[in-house]
Amino acid sequence: MTSRYVVEDRARNTFTLSRETLVSPAVLEKEMRAIFDTCWIYVGHGSEVGQPGDFRTRQVAGRPVIFCRDPAGTVRALLNSCRHRGALVCREREGNARQFMCMYHGWTYALDGALKSVPGPEAYGPGFDKAKFGLMPVPRLEHYRDFYFACFDPAAPPLADYLAGAKDYIDLVVDQSPSGRMEIVAGVQEYDIRANWKLLVENSVDDYHLPTVHTTWLNYMKNAGVNVRPPKDEALLLPSKGWGKDLGNGHLTTDNVNFRGRPVARWISIYGEEARADIEAIRRELVARLGEARAARIADTNRNLIVFPNLALNDGSSVTVRTFFPLAPDRMRVTAWCLGPAEETPAQRARRLDAFLTFYGPGGFATPDDVAALEAVQQGLAAWREVGWSDMSRGMAKSADEQLNTDEGHMRVFWRRWNELMERAG
Amino acid sequence: MSDRRNAAGATRQEVEDFLYREAALLDAWRLDEWLALTTDDCGYYVPPNDRPDADHRAALFTIADNHARLVERVKRLKDPNAHAEYPPSRTRRMISNVRITGDGGDSIEVAANFVVYRFRRGDDRREYVGHYRYKLRRENGALRIAERRAILDGAELGALGAVSFIL
Repeated sequence: MTSRYVVEDRARNTFTLSRETLVSPAVLEKEMRAIFDTCWIYVGHGSEVGQPGDFRTRQVAGRPVIFCRDPAGTVRALLNSCRHRGALVCREREGNARQFMCMYHGWTYALDGALKSVPGPEAYGPGFDKAKFGLMPVPRLEHYRDFYFACFDPAAPPLADYLAGAKDYIDLVVDQSPSGRMEIVAGVQEYDIRANWKLLVENSVDDYHLPTVHTTWLNYMKNAGVNVRPPKDEALLLPSKGWGKDLGNGHLTTDNVNFRGRPVARWISIYGEEARADIEAIRRELVARLGEARAARIADTNRNLIVFPNLALNDGSSVTVRTFFPLAPDRMRVTAWCLGPAEETPAQRARRLDAFLTFYGPGGFATPDDVAALEAVQQGLAAWREVGWSDMSRGMAKSADEQLNTDEGHMRVFWRRWNELMERAG
Repeated sequence: MSDRRNAAGATRQEVEDFLYREAALLDAWRLDEWLALTTDDCGYYVPPNDRPDADHRAALFTIADNHARLVERVKRLKDPNAHAEYPPSRTRRMISNVRITGDGGDSIEVAANFVVYRFRRGDDRREYVGHYRYKLRRENGALRIAERRAILDGAELGALGAVSFIL
């Protein structure tokens, strides 16, 4: 594959990326059309709008969106722009509403988007049809196991087809709940990184950087009694083996034997002795419901999944739902939530949240160093005219099913798909 | 005098002196000395921007450290491999509007406003604005921090990026 962006030479086992892709305003503008306007983009989780009337306002692919549940129980994603003159009709972050009234001239909409009333209707002629002035929904809204995605391309394939092999990895998350009901926990982390958004795709699944970027986190784990030494007899950089996998359509994941503990359901000392019996009980429930093999698959592996282009599900020390969107070529806004089984006890929920913060988030023991790494990359990329290419060929001499989490095969999956969509756009 | 003192026996002036000394230690990165100001059951919290009043056991915080993790956080921040804080940021704390807001018997509750400026080479100045809520306890005659809550005013962390130093 040769393009102006990505050069892959399978004979020489080289894969290089033009650094222009990470700095150029023109590339970003093209991504908005070629990627964000054609792919399924994460909107939110059904649990965030659990009751009729619940709403959350957020940005989806750069558009202001009201994610809500109407009185009939249907989840909607409405473009938050008054049909009259364009103002946001809902300016609150979240809540429960019977209607949305535009603050500018008072046009009022129901939660299914229908225009209910306009002040002074008699000034409009007889041809004015309120039915044609409802809040515009996103062109497509579908969900997979309560993860809602929007697509701005009306002709796009169904979400279930789009997700391809990523569905199996979402299942590994959702099956942690005995009832199949996961929920977003209160408290959102919204922060900017001064780096190109695609660097966070890479970073989310790049386990090669763990020993160097996360030395202090590994020390913290070690001090808590976790064995963090790579085994001597294998050529590993990490304490346990892991793989990088291609899930189709640009989706990818790491799939690692867990060494770092999991609230579902692998005890480590950091959870405290009093949690041991409880975590064993969670494990027994998994085995009873799903069988030994599936329970082990869920509890004894941790996986960082990328749903192309900008959703990460990090099923590690907890479950992180993380999406990100470019504000500029060298800046992104990250939004991250914690996800957990709806029926967790208060003690289990507290443990999940505590485990989350051991690694993740803007005050965690690891994420700030990831941010520092990405910002260091972005600063270095200012030399892109002279140092024009980045290397992503790690592991290329091996077959697809031999790609480790510390190789770069899974990241190449993202970049191939990204390149395909960008080339297709001309 | 007795009507000006609470059960922990602290006046606002003593509390202010304590908070200013704490701020000076943090700005100087004298983190071990700062840690010595905390009780063995001290909690350090930065609540999520959208849920400033939440309970860390039920909501995702930015930081929710018990004392054991606070000790680890200080170890981390002294390590050159804490890349987000190496070289260490320069910070300058402005503490004001200090009030004794409650008397919990052996401890007192204190509120104060803060602005923390953070500077790093090649980076914009970042301004962390908010208020602190402390629980202070007297141990061996000296005030100690039993709980420290740094509540940011921003609707989101946004351009501040991270809370990688002790806020």
